[in-house]
Amino acid sequence: MSNRLATGGRIDRARPLTFTFNGTRFTGFEGDTLASALLASGATLTARSFKYHRPRGIVSAGVEEPSSLVELMGDDASGNNAITTVQLSDGLVAKSVNCWPSPQFDFGALNQLISRFIPAGFYYKTFKWPSWHLFEPTIRRAAGLANAPASAPSTGHFETRNAHVDILIAGAGPAGLAAALVAGKSGARVILADETNEAGGSILNRNLEINGKPALEWVAKTVAELADMPNVIHLQSSTVWAYREHNLLCINERSPDHKTVLERNWRVRAKKVIIATGAIERTLVFSNNDRPGVMLASAIQTYVNRYAVLPGKLVVLFTNNDSAYGVAADILAAGGQVKAIVDSRNSVPQFALDRAPGVEVISGYVVSDVAGRSRVKSVTVTSRDGESERSIICDLLGYSGGWNPTVHLFSQSRGTLKFNTKLAAFLPEKAVQACICAGASSGEITLSDALSDGAAKATAAVKSLGFKLKPLKNLAVQQSFYTVEPLWRVESSAKGKAFLDFQNDVTVSDVQLAMREGYSNVEHVKRYTTGGMGIDQGKTGNINIIGTVAMEQNATLADVGTTTFRSPYTPVSFGAINGLREGSVILPYRHTPITSWNHENGAFMYESGARWRRPGYFPRGDEHFQDTVNRECLTVRNNVGCYDGSPLGKFELKGPNVGEFLDLIYTNIMSNLAPGKGRYGMMLSEDGLILDDGVALRLDKHRWLISTSTGHADAIHQHMEKILQFDQPHWKVMITNVTSQWNNVTICGPNARNLMKKFATNIDLSSDSFPFMEFRDGTFADLPARIVRVSFTGELSFEINVAPRHLRDLWDKIMAAGTSFNIAPIGSEANHVLRVEKGFLSLGHEVDGTVDAYDLGLSWIMSKKKSDYIGKRSVDLRRAGNKVRRELVGLLPDDPNCQIPEGAPLTPSGKKQATEGLVTACVWSVVNNRWIALALLENGRARRGETAHVRLQNSVIPAQITAPVFYDPDGKVLRS
Amino acid sequence: MLLINCPFCGERNETEYVYGGPVSADRPDPTAVNDDEWIDYLTMVPNPVGPTHERWWHAKGCGDWFTLWRDTATHDIVKGPKK
Repeated sequence: MSNRLATGGRIDRARPLTFTFNGTRFTGFEGDTLASALLASGATLTARSFKYHRPRGIVSAGVEEPSSLVELMGDDASGNNAITTVQLSDGLVAKSVNCWPSPQFDFGALNQLISRFIPAGFYYKTFKWPSWHLFEPTIRRAAGLANAPASAPSTGHFETRNAHVDILIAGAGPAGLAAALVAGKSGARVILADETNEAGGSILNRNLEINGKPALEWVAKTVAELADMPNVIHLQSSTVWAYREHNLLCINERSPDHKTVLERNWRVRAKKVIIATGAIERTLVFSNNDRPGVMLASAIQTYVNRYAVLPGKLVVLFTNNDSAYGVAADILAAGGQVKAIVDSRNSVPQFALDRAPGVEVISGYVVSDVAGRSRVKSVTVTSRDGESERSIICDLLGYSGGWNPTVHLFSQSRGTLKFNTKLAAFLPEKAVQACICAGASSGEITLSDALSDGAAKATAAVKSLGFKLKPLKNLAVQQSFYTVEPLWRVESSAKGKAFLDFQNDVTVSDVQLAMREGYSNVEHVKRYTTGGMGIDQGKTGNINIIGTVAMEQNATLADVGTTTFRSPYTPVSFGAINGLREGSVILPYRHTPITSWNHENGAFMYESGARWRRPGYFPRGDEHFQDTVNRECLTVRNNVGCYDGSPLGKFELKGPNVGEFLDLIYTNIMSNLAPGKGRYGMMLSEDGLILDDGVALRLDKHRWLISTSTGHADAIHQHMEKILQFDQPHWKVMITNVTSQWNNVTICGPNARNLMKKFATNIDLSSDSFPFMEFRDGTFADLPARIVRVSFTGELSFEINVAPRHLRDLWDKIMAAGTSFNIAPIGSEANHVLRVEKGFLSLGHEVDGTVDAYDLGLSWIMSKKKSDYIGKRSVDLRRAGNKVRRELVGLLPDDPNCQIPEGAPLTPSGKKQATEGLVTACVWSVVNNRWIALALLENGRARRGETAHVRLQNSVIPAQITAPVFYDPDGKVLRS
Repeated sequence: MLLINCPFCGERNETEYVYGGPVSADRPDPTAVNDDEWIDYLTMVPNPVGPTHERWWHAKGCGDWFTLWRDTATHDIVKGPKK
């Protein structure tokens, strides 16, 4: 551990951790990040760059890391993590991305030899013929980045939590902690969320004092105080990553206090938001500014103070502002040697010089070049006028381009930004939502300013929400200062690449090229060069791109403006966004109470609309699909079958105006139906399309029960409520969705009544007293039940409706009693065959957006007596004139063993001509022992007996046109 | 995700609601309008940039259908014009 300091830091030296990086074992301590542990071990070359595969090291100490990305392996598998954000754990396995086989020896480095031929836009310009998409996969692979984990984490799950608070505070640095104290003491509900593992923000990274004691003591006291407040939720390792409409913010909590929860995503609705997200130090731009051993000055300070690591022995600092002088002081205190501070400003304030006594300050100079490929060896220092030059040997170069207030969340909230020339940075200007920046994110850079600003902003927020303010004790902090003179890039004669964006390998010359090619707007420059994109989103370097554009255009940064800040602030795992919605579907499936019975009895289950899982068929042994379906159909036609019809949509309507309402929404008259009876009806949309069909039962004078198709239940509910609440608010109709309150078993087949008679019931089941399309309430098999005589199969049927808690009981009893009739459960496939044999409609098959009831042979359902119902006027309008219509017909293929694909087109004589119709369904009919089909055909009704032709790609299938019914055309069986 | 004020339940997340389109003309008496008027009723839907009067349904709440004004340029829920 060559670079580890003997004392200090926020690490626990009693808890060593071993980890593997690029195949080599290392040791670090509890409290380390992967970056700090590697730097402590003396590792400098940790990455290769994205495009040129140049050697790279660690640049920062936080989420802004633009350079070193790692892929985590094993249980922690995840790709493209900034090395500085990976908290060290025992047994951690990580590897660099973008290089093969290792960062020390990387084949992709050959790209450096041809780098002058691959400028910005190279790939787009070169690989455009015949199509970029042809080349894209190969290029993407070469460009690297990590692999997505092959499987979901096995050690826990993700979850989502919703919360409502008065004040959400993003960031637990000095401003955030001060704000949280004020807000917490007032009694307001507060969430304080911070992205790192410990509260304190910049205080953790620096050597600061509050009230004459180490500032960390104040942090510890404050955290303890907040922990005692029941109204405050304090989250660490929790990034506020998105600011959405109406003050909804998302927090990604990465170490929840629960061992099986991997990550938690909070969705917080806040009355006020205080953004105390601090500031991020900027890089400086000069030749070879990306060499390993060149890092942000503040990062050196963080490694020294927070992690007890001195990443180099001989340090040169390069700055355009005062903060680097504090860094020098901390390096000296840790036993390091600062060879020089190169300051681009001609004069340096005295208070800055006083921070680093004894250090040579070379003002009015810049670092113009760096020597050393895999590690800094020396730097070239040049005067601003280029006249004088000298070389300084060093192994670490720290640079500081000044500080950017972290305005990301403010900008995401649609707040506007304004360039501030004093700080040479974009600051929050006008808020659009109820939020405010505090501390460094609002430009209050120094500790004393950040503390007082945090308290002041929280005071205002607390007051505006009407909470009672409790005074805080004054904090004594030594006054400090921060001044900066912008330096967007070093102009010199050095030949090396000067990087603006490390992650995407964007250099000054790339931006200049983009501008020469006409991409003058900063948003266009971003998209053409990819500068400011990627995992780090240009947190350290994007301002220098804006600065370079401004310099090229002789404009100010205020003129150029910023690119748009978008969520997420830092990467969020898909698992956290997804929460508990694991597996294959986003919305949960709907099940009936006999789902487990279906599974136990070998049902092949699938979705049958509206996310209901239903059995498709029940194969026995090695039975083939068609044999299963035929067997189930024959069971119904010859004996008795049963199925669970529970998913059908059901609504109970109550009130004196239900009759009028149903007359408006159905095409036929419902209001004259007698209690105890049912009627099949059809609903249209206002533009005349068929919306749904189903049966309405009149329970008594003012109570009705209507059924809808399974997939349309929610839409019909919406349709009905909209009409009632907007168009007919004076009608007294109450609608209750009872889809899940009534389950049913439907028994169908010639033996259905014989089976029913095996059970005790107080309902007379004979056809004389209980005819088709009626229902009876009573008891059946000792259960309260409503029995309905409807039929979806064309057979004698009884639909026995019971409460869901009784369904399984009823089902078991029926299956037991039915053994003497060889009863079998039937699935949706057999149901489909049986309804096609009868010519019953299926929405989605025969009914699409082109047909109406007349086309389907249901002219009787379109009431002539009613002057109005929904859709009537539009159907009349559509049928005006003598247009040729496609009408429902049956088709019998000339070859009875020839199956017609569903959806196949019909053309005149099978010629290559415009279609005159299509086949809507084709099934093997067990009663006719042949394939039968339904079709929509132009003038079909008048053409019965003729031959229609199905035109397929390589063949024509002739078929006889018939009536669309192949079984029991008079309905005698149905009514038996 | 918007925070929508249901007149009956109060402020709830957008995920509880179903969007019902902009408020368009009232349904005319279909026996009293000519074809053009009927087609206009079916097809002319308000589509302004700016404050728009919209219908929403509190589907996963009380079931209330109500209207609100939303600015289609900013996605903010706004106060409607004074009646």
